[in-house]
Amino acid sequence: MNRHWIIGLLLLAGAGLSWAIPRYELLNPYLQATLMYLGINIILATSLNLINGYLGEFSVGHAGFMAVGAYVSAILTVMLIPVGAAIWRFPLAILAGGGAAALTGLVVAIPAFRTRGDYLAIVTLAFAMIVKSALENINAIGGPRGLLGIEGLSTMPWIFAWTVLSVWVIRNFVYSNPGRGVLAIREDEVAAELMGVNTRWVKIRAFMIASFFAGVAGGLFTHLLQFISPRIFDITKTTDILVMVYLGGVGSIGGSIMGASLFTVLQECLRPLGVWRMVIMPLLLILLMLFRPRGIMGLRDFPWFRPSVECPQRPPEIHHS
Amino acid sequence: MTPWLQANNVGHHFGGLSAISGFNLELRPGELVGLIGPNGAGKTTVFNLITGVYRAAEGSIQFQGRELVGLTPWIISGLGIARTFQNIRIFKQLSVLDNVRIAYYQHARYSLAEALLHLGRYRREERRLTQSAMEILGLLHLEAYADEQADSLPYGLQRRLEIARALATGATLLLLDEPAAGMNPVEVGQLMEFIGWIRRQFNLTILLIEHQMRLVTGICERVLVLDFGVTIAEGRPDEIQNNAQVLEAYLGQAEDG
Repeated sequence: MNRHWIIGLLLLAGAGLSWAIPRYELLNPYLQATLMYLGINIILATSLNLINGYLGEFSVGHAGFMAVGAYVSAILTVMLIPVGAAIWRFPLAILAGGGAAALTGLVVAIPAFRTRGDYLAIVTLAFAMIVKSALENINAIGGPRGLLGIEGLSTMPWIFAWTVLSVWVIRNFVYSNPGRGVLAIREDEVAAELMGVNTRWVKIRAFMIASFFAGVAGGLFTHLLQFISPRIFDITKTTDILVMVYLGGVGSIGGSIMGASLFTVLQECLRPLGVWRMVIMPLLLILLMLFRPRGIMGLRDFPWFRPSVECPQRPPEIHHS
Repeated sequence: MTPWLQANNVGHHFGGLSAISGFNLELRPGELVGLIGPNGAGKTTVFNLITGVYRAAEGSIQFQGRELVGLTPWIISGLGIARTFQNIRIFKQLSVLDNVRIAYYQHARYSLAEALLHLGRYRREERRLTQSAMEILGLLHLEAYADEQADSLPYGLQRRLEIARALATGATLLLLDEPAAGMNPVEVGQLMEFIGWIRRQFNLTILLIEHQMRLVTGICERVLVLDFGVTIAEGRPDEIQNNAQVLEAYLGQAEDG
């Protein structure tokens, strides 16, 4: 297949670059770091899009799940998994961070999806605040001062691999039978249930998948920044991710990649403005909601994201009667 | 013959307001029965009780001998009951094809892991689901619109898509809620033929709510008349039309046709 070859070559080139750039210092350290944060932002945006775009619910707790993943993976590499575990140490820690975030997602989703409507926003907001204050009060992991001494294990090839994997898995989910259940719920929850979709379980499952990848992103983030404190994961972090999702477009994988990229670039360009950035970003969100509420790609996606098996195969002859 | 659907003494109320009381219904396999009555008589409530949207407060509803009261709508759908809505409820922003494929939700035989990795049975099953969805669309002359967004279809085709979606669940009992709403006499005539055709083609038992008396008398074998949540008459369409109580409660006041 032609398309598969192109994607394969692009991925290969990306992998090669992610290895070569730090190895031969093809870019200065600042640009390298920006690229790596971009990868993490892409994971955050696509996973939040699963809830806010594809499922049509409104979660504001993504930073909370990110924090769970960040702390769990950091605790593992700093305190628990011995250095001797070599190459498996880092991926295991990231997976554990994602797993912990997914379980937390389950705990949040069970009560949150008992009722319909806007409750998820309130529940996730409360959840994010609980996570933050809980972390601030556990002295064993640094309390409000945060956790230090984290190794810089998030190298460019690792971040590239996790970004590709996350986007691929979320895209696979969206274009599958369980994913169609998610779309049906967004469109009409009652009709979805009457067509045989176990809506409550489908919502919980989508929420857990999104939380898992928020946790993965958190783990990568920690081992890139090499320091975490509860303050990093406050509501402004969630707002950032929301801007990426709504900028790029709800219900669109390509949109989330685009939104994360634009946001990352914009953030770096606006850095000289200092604290005014905090004014411009929310303002951007408001303008976006007013003039293009579904974002740049809103509910559309690049055709090559769609698996070929999903496309209708028409019979060669069209019969009339 | 054992009844396909049997409702015994079903009652339901919203707050203190009784929506339906002492409701009895027996559908034999393959029957086409009409449910009529003035607005607010409780017809759609009956559909909501059968499909599990509401849980009946009293009485029992059995489908092929199995009790439905207390089951969730998605389980009831899996048993073989599908419905359409008075105000069309297709998945507007999804493609016509996806609307039908969602109805196969419980028929797909692959796990979440296979869905996430697009491995194993995923390809074969997706191909099978897409193919049978296209077949149903083809039978209902909708295959040319497969890739269109559902709400871009004209009204009449949206109604047909809703029926296609209901059929795709593999239902043996189809509940149609005012299928002729908003249709002109020519379209109603076509719809009557169409309902008869899908009934034979898919071996369906059909219960339908309708205001257009021409459709009811034209295709229903039996008619139930509801008024204020109570069955006031039951019988062949021609019997119903001459029933004094019915004329008073319904036909005498509301001009339909």
